[in-house]
Amino acid sequence: MILLYSEGKSVFTFALPALLIRAWTCRNFSVNNNDAKHFLSRKVKSYVSPTSTYTTETKFKNKKQSYWKSVVGLEIHAQITSTSKLFSQAGTEFGVPVNANVSFFDAAIPGTLPMLNRRCVEAGVLTALALSCRVNPVSFFDRKHYFYSDLPAGYQITQHRVPLAQEGVLEFHVFTPGSHHKPYSKKSCIKQLQLEQDSGKSLHDEEACRSLVDLNRAGIPLMELVFEPDLEDGEEAAALVKELMLILQRLGTCSCKMEEGALRVDANVSVHHEGEPLGVRTEVKNIGSVRAVGHAIQYEIHRQVKVLEAGGVIINETRAWDADSKQTVPMRDKEEKQDYRYMPEPNLPPLRVLLNDQPAVPNTYRDHINVQCLRRKLPELPSETRAKLTNKYGISPESAAILVNENVLLQHFYDIMEEKKSRDPKLSTNILIMELLTILNKKKLSLEASPFPSHTLGEIVDLLQSEKINLVTARKILQEIISGNSMSPSEVVEKYEWTQITNPSEIEKVCTAVIEQNPKLVEQFCSGKTKVFNSLVGKAAKITENRANMATVVQVLTAKLRKIQNP
Amino acid sequence: MLSLSVRQISRKLQDGVIVPSDVCTACLYQAEKLKKLNIFVRLTKEVAEHQAKESDVRYTNGNVRSLLDGIPVAVKDNYCTRNIETTCSSRMLESFKPPYNATVVQKLQDAGAVLLGKCNMDEFAMGSGTVDSIHGPTKNIWQSGEKYTLLRNVGERATSVEQVQGCNSTHGSKMVYQELHHLSSHSNKEGSSSPSEEGDWFIAGGSSGGSAVAVASGAVFAALGSDTGGSTRNPAAYCGVVGLKPSYGLLSRHGLIPLVNSMDVPGILTRTVDDAATLLNILAGHDLLDSTTVQDSFIPLDLSQDIDISRIRIGIPKEYNCPGMSDEVMETWSGVADILERAGAEVVQVSMPHTPSSIACYSVLNQCEVASNMARYDGIEFGLRTAENRSTEELYASTRSQGFNETVRGRILAGNYFLLQRNYPHYFLQALKVRRLIAQDFTHAWSSGIDVLLTPTTLTDAPRYSQFISRDNREQCASQDYCTQPANMAGNN
Repeated sequence: MILLYSEGKSVFTFALPALLIRAWTCRNFSVNNNDAKHFLSRKVKSYVSPTSTYTTETKFKNKKQSYWKSVVGLEIHAQITSTSKLFSQAGTEFGVPVNANVSFFDAAIPGTLPMLNRRCVEAGVLTALALSCRVNPVSFFDRKHYFYSDLPAGYQITQHRVPLAQEGVLEFHVFTPGSHHKPYSKKSCIKQLQLEQDSGKSLHDEEACRSLVDLNRAGIPLMELVFEPDLEDGEEAAALVKELMLILQRLGTCSCKMEEGALRVDANVSVHHEGEPLGVRTEVKNIGSVRAVGHAIQYEIHRQVKVLEAGGVIINETRAWDADSKQTVPMRDKEEKQDYRYMPEPNLPPLRVLLNDQPAVPNTYRDHINVQCLRRKLPELPSETRAKLTNKYGISPESAAILVNENVLLQHFYDIMEEKKSRDPKLSTNILIMELLTILNKKKLSLEASPFPSHTLGEIVDLLQSEKINLVTARKILQEIISGNSMSPSEVVEKYEWTQITNPSEIEKVCTAVIEQNPKLVEQFCSGKTKVFNSLVGKAAKITENRANMATVVQVLTAKLRKIQNP
Repeated sequence: MLSLSVRQISRKLQDGVIVPSDVCTACLYQAEKLKKLNIFVRLTKEVAEHQAKESDVRYTNGNVRSLLDGIPVAVKDNYCTRNIETTCSSRMLESFKPPYNATVVQKLQDAGAVLLGKCNMDEFAMGSGTVDSIHGPTKNIWQSGEKYTLLRNVGERATSVEQVQGCNSTHGSKMVYQELHHLSSHSNKEGSSSPSEEGDWFIAGGSSGGSAVAVASGAVFAALGSDTGGSTRNPAAYCGVVGLKPSYGLLSRHGLIPLVNSMDVPGILTRTVDDAATLLNILAGHDLLDSTTVQDSFIPLDLSQDIDISRIRIGIPKEYNCPGMSDEVMETWSGVADILERAGAEVVQVSMPHTPSSIACYSVLNQCEVASNMARYDGIEFGLRTAENRSTEELYASTRSQGFNETVRGRILAGNYFLLQRNYPHYFLQALKVRRLIAQDFTHAWSSGIDVLLTPTTLTDAPRYSQFISRDNREQCASQDYCTQPANMAGNN
């Protein structure tokens, strides 16, 4: 992303950092857009909707302004879904009592040795394939040394020299609902995918002058995905993470529960002037949600620009995202600039996988993982699903994205279409992403807790499609069912006599009645105040208790009023 | 009785001449009697008596588990033994009770063996004399002034002692037989007529010195040592017992507290080659808990087969003739070669040109792995923790400086230096390349039709303690390991 800053105003930026932060914190990012005259607010504005700067880019370039280019690269740690740890037989359940899932190896008891978990390698290969990576036939494990109380062995086993897979690519759509920008497609290259173990957790009790260590997480299997620094802003980063989550969940290789630390995103951020070498980067950690990915990176870009514009320098450091104050703060970093003294892990033989199907697998390779076998097991990936939805069902890319983002919605959609092939896919999609989500939202229910089975939703689609009801009635039915009515939508319609009035003569009668009962409105209409037409339509709706086919009402009413105007 | 081989005592047990408990009692008595040699770090009397009683029952009921059933053995103090202190002769692990048994310890137990005790060693196996131990040095039984019950046996066998060195392409089955005629000749040496001079003695060798003396003295019938650069073979040579270093990957290292993971192997110490084979057959095989063990199923050795010695080509690597090798060792070496040649074997000189580089290469690789392996001793999860509480870093520093001896600390320092990013290519990577060349020396020898290499184990016979400690640990190891180390470098060649 390219940010634009006027040279003259940069002084302000630096003079008011505290204010800026406070504004962001208190107003929760929703700064009045009309403030655009002031540099500060423009900057904040670009924070709210970063892509807005794209559109203004050319406009300002001509005015000989200085501008910054920001570069973002992600390192993502994804916990591999597995019942046991990467190198030991200890369990991996989340939320068990402290130090319940700890084997002797996890506690680095002398004499214990690592045993590679086959499932984790398979998950790694599967993920690598889904991300078009080149799987290495032989990869190696290495020891990365540093002292920390939650790292019992004094080193982490990772893949430093040759990782499991390299050179992949992730394509995703950058589209933020609510922003007015056209979705666009973006690719980020994957440098490598490596397997490694997680560390434990330390709790520091400053008062009692002691630290407590929980090793449940020590040795948990992780895939580290290192992306090339080819992103431009936080929004792109957030979109990448969202797409990656969809893929991993589809593969079943990671739960992607960021709140449990199952997916951790670290962002490397730097800014520089176009045509100049990349700036010094900082690493932002402790990002707890997809939204925070965007916010943290955006904040960091602005911070760096601000420092540089004021003549300061960016130091290579690790910063933590503070979700409360919405800023990045320097971290007392356990991995501060230090020499990891990497060394090959001598207790694990090279990790070999079979790349090609071999008709007769030599005995020595009998235990090796067969990459082609796994390739055949790859499920349909989210991008393929989206393409299918738009191509086969004619759904808009935006709607397809929403369906794919919510697995429950997607399942409903498939079920609805499967049950009756004649159902209108677009109508079905609208019911799902507009009506269903709205009513669940109102009741503060999650999709998983939804009381609507697919066939109920399908029936509503049928009622709408056959014009037996209108949209307002559809909403009433949903309301009825969510309030505990166990009847089917058709039964509800029958019971309350909510069938749509489509009979022209009946509508004729309704319209006549509306005109007769509202002479004032009709008079206003005839004297040119056409706005009141909507009120008249509303009266018709009220008379029929929203059962009238409104399109017909509009038609008939228009004709009738015209007659009154021009008798 | 205590001078018998495993096979002989096993026969007596099966014949019901004696029961395991009696053997156990005799061994415990012998161990107590020889206390001043400092063989054992800890005698596991209760465990031994309990295991012996269970074995008594098995012999009575006729469900004997193996040749080792009811036979007292000892284990070097770097093997984890469940709920029995395992100190590695270091202050760091002085009170460490492992929660599990090493695989080889478990296999001994499953075979019915009786665990008599844990044997002294150099701290974390870093040494070649069993002198650098928090428990004090172990003394060689030879010329120790102790009444040595094996003397009867030596008389019977005309001072012949067998020594084994495993250098085999698959299972370590090709063994080198050496007759060492001059083992007990110290008293004839110039200026060393009185063996038991006040405060001086002959060293046991190391780092598995305790295990070697335990076997030599009749306190046990077999013992486990470990061998990273010669730590089993060296004390075996000094104590006149059989020391076998199996090929890397043949025996599980799970539960062996590591020195250099890529070279460590469990070592076997016995009084006869046949016994060494018996133990090897019990201990060898793939272990799920050690990913570096060979997956192919292990075919037990059978030494009863007649070996047609005329079809064996024996290589004498000329580079093993090095400065500092005593005349006596040279004479013995050529003497054994002559015996084999007379018996019909083809004895040829071979060249293993990279042998002299082994010491330097080993010291880099050893120290790097030591630096890494020792990182876990931080006072947090187990082992020594000092009272320091100013900060975690201070706690590490004080725990590690108090817990490790100077040798260990020195190697950690050097290893971390070698592993620094800027030094890694010049030291560690370079050493790996040299290591490959050393391994290739062996490959070339085997592919040129050599079946067995005949080499000395040590450059001299056992030196006196006073003489040995006049040099520092690094120098001691550099000269002591010259002939043994290349085999560890080559691993399973």
